[in-house]
Formats: sequence, C-alpha cells, structure tokens
Amino acid sequence: MPELNTSSLPDLIFSILFFFMIVTSMREVTLKVEFDVPSGTEIQKLEKKSLVSYIYIGPPTREYRAKLGTESRIQLNEDFAEVDAIHEYIIQERESMQERDKPFMKVSLKMDQNTQMGIVTDVKMALREAWALNIVYSATKRQ
Amino acid sequence: MARSKRKVPGLNASSTADISFILLIFFLVVTSMDTDTGLARRLPNPPDPNQEEEDVKVKGRNVLVVQVNMNNEISYYYGDQASRVFQANVQPSDLYTIAKEFIANPNNKANMPEFHPADPPLPLLGAYPVTKNHIISIQTDRTTKYDVYFQIQNELVRAYNDVRDEFALARFGKHYSDIVSESDEDLAVRGVYPMKISEAEPKQYGGN
Repeated sequence: MPELNTSSLPDLIFSILFFFMIVTSMREVTLKVEFDVPSGTEIQKLEKKSLVSYIYIGPPTREYRAKLGTESRIQLNEDFAEVDAIHEYIIQERESMQERDKPFMKVSLKMDQNTQMGIVTDVKMALREAWALNIVYSATKRQ
Repeated sequence: MARSKRKVPGLNASSTADISFILLIFFLVVTSMDTDTGLARRLPNPPDPNQEEEDVKVKGRNVLVVQVNMNNEISYYYGDQASRVFQANVQPSDLYTIAKEFIANPNNKANMPEFHPADPPLPLLGAYPVTKNHIISIQTDRTTKYDVYFQIQNELVRAYNDVRDEFALARFGKHYSDIVSESDEDLAVRGVYPMKISEAEPKQYGGN
C-alpha cells in the first residue's frame, strides 16, 4: 500500500488555525461586578454581537467590596460608573459602530437578580434619554 | 577553489502538524462561542421637553396595572372605578392567566379592553376588531427585587406569545413561531395583539 502524503497537513491545520485566530474576539472585559442573571422561558438568542453593547450591574467582586460595599454597582467598559456616565457611554459605543448598524443598536443589561429596581429604572431612563431604545434583559433559559 | 555542491539536509517538518494542532486547540478553547440570551424589549421614546406634559387619558377598562411593593408582593387591578377588579398577593404565573384574558378579552367583558376596528386595516384581515388601546403597566417600588420584575415581564411576554400563537393556529393553521417574520401573516397577528407593556417610569406609591 502506498504511503499517504501528509506534507500538506500542517498547511491545512494552519489555515484552520488562522480562521479561529481571526474569529476569536479577545475583547473580553474583566468583570468587576458579580451577577447572576435571572432565568425565564421566553428567552431569545442575541444575534450579531457587533450590534450589542453591555451594561453590567451587580455587587462588586470581593476585592472591591471593602471599598464599595455590597450594594449593586454599574460597570461600563472596564470601570465602575454612575448612572450619569451611561449617556456618554452609549454615544461612544454608537460612534464606534458602522453607520448602517446604528439604528439596530442593542443594549444588553446583565443584571444581578437581587439588584433593586431603583437602579434598574435609573439606567433605563438614562438609556431612553440617549435614544438607546432596544434593550435586552440578559437571562438564561429555563424549562 | 571549487566548492563541491553540498546537499542541504531537508528539515524534518513532521512535527509542524502537531504544533499547529496544539495552537488550534488553544484557540478553539479560548474562542467564546457562547451567545448572549435574554428578553428583548423596546423602550418608549424619551419625553419631549418642548411639549407640554399632557396627561393621556386612558379609559380604566383598558389598563391592567401590575404593582410590586417593597416586599416583592405582586398585585394587579383592571377595570373602571365601578367595576374594578383588584387582586393582591398573586404569583407571576397568575399574571400569565389574567394577562391572557385581558389582552384578548374573549368574552367581551365590560371591564376589559374595548374593541376597535383596526385602522389602518391589517393585511389579510382588514378592519378586524382589535383591543388596540390596551396597556399593561408595571409599577415597581425602588426597592423591588429585579428578579421579581423580570419574572413578571417574562410571564407577560409568555401571555402575548401564547395568545398570538393560538390566534395564528386558528386563523392561519400554523404556529406563530413558524410564521416568517415581517410577512403579511406576522403583521396581521401582531396587529391583532400588539404588545403593549408599559416600560414607563415608576409612579410614587400611595398618591393618585
């Protein structure tokens, strides 16, 4: 039986490798808040990640607790923020999007179950002011 | 001095495949394939500061108010002053039942939403009578737990989805989930049962 020529195998693997290198998004934020999102039955998948901006709300992680306590805080990008900063954040996020995508911008609210509604309402009002009207209450699917 | 031609020994490349395999596996693991999931909602437009605040008069029969207090207890009421139905201490799943009846008003009750012919006419259905003025309003306290609010939202969306699904099944003979989005059938079903969950700002309790 003739031996199989495997000399092109590395090239093949390399091309798959490059595909994954390009697809991988390394833009993961380091979370400074902990959140356990609620679960629901009418959950939909969020398509097109490029359209989605994130707002995290939850109690600070352990290392920040001494300074900030355990009350829910807002995290935008890499840092803690107040409600006033949301307007600026949305404008920035919108600027970084392509023109044709701007009307379809979505904001995913990753919020801890135990967050109080006061902060949620404030955030929602800020989003309304900034014309970021498509929101998603991030949640997991439950049967 | 003529240099004798020497043959360069071929590099042994048989392990390149293994190395690239390891890299490949690394990227496979690192790549986040997890997609975000959630409940999509749309907020109303921001209030226009130039416009005088105008109290939109909504008939009592068209409004289902869900209230959650600081102890995370849910209550709801609907109907005019005279025929008001009030229910305290309910579970989110009870809201599903009442919302379903409220949206569709199958028995044409006097304290549930009134019917108007659709205007403009709906595709495929024309001037179908719809409860287009109905509103479901969620009022929360500032200390209400977000989870409770979310469960209410979830139950209400479930009520809408089921009402739409039943209608689509009866009228078009297929599930709502099988109808192509933005098609005539989709627009018709959504026109008959428009989703009207008020995301408005919370009212102060005790007043009104």
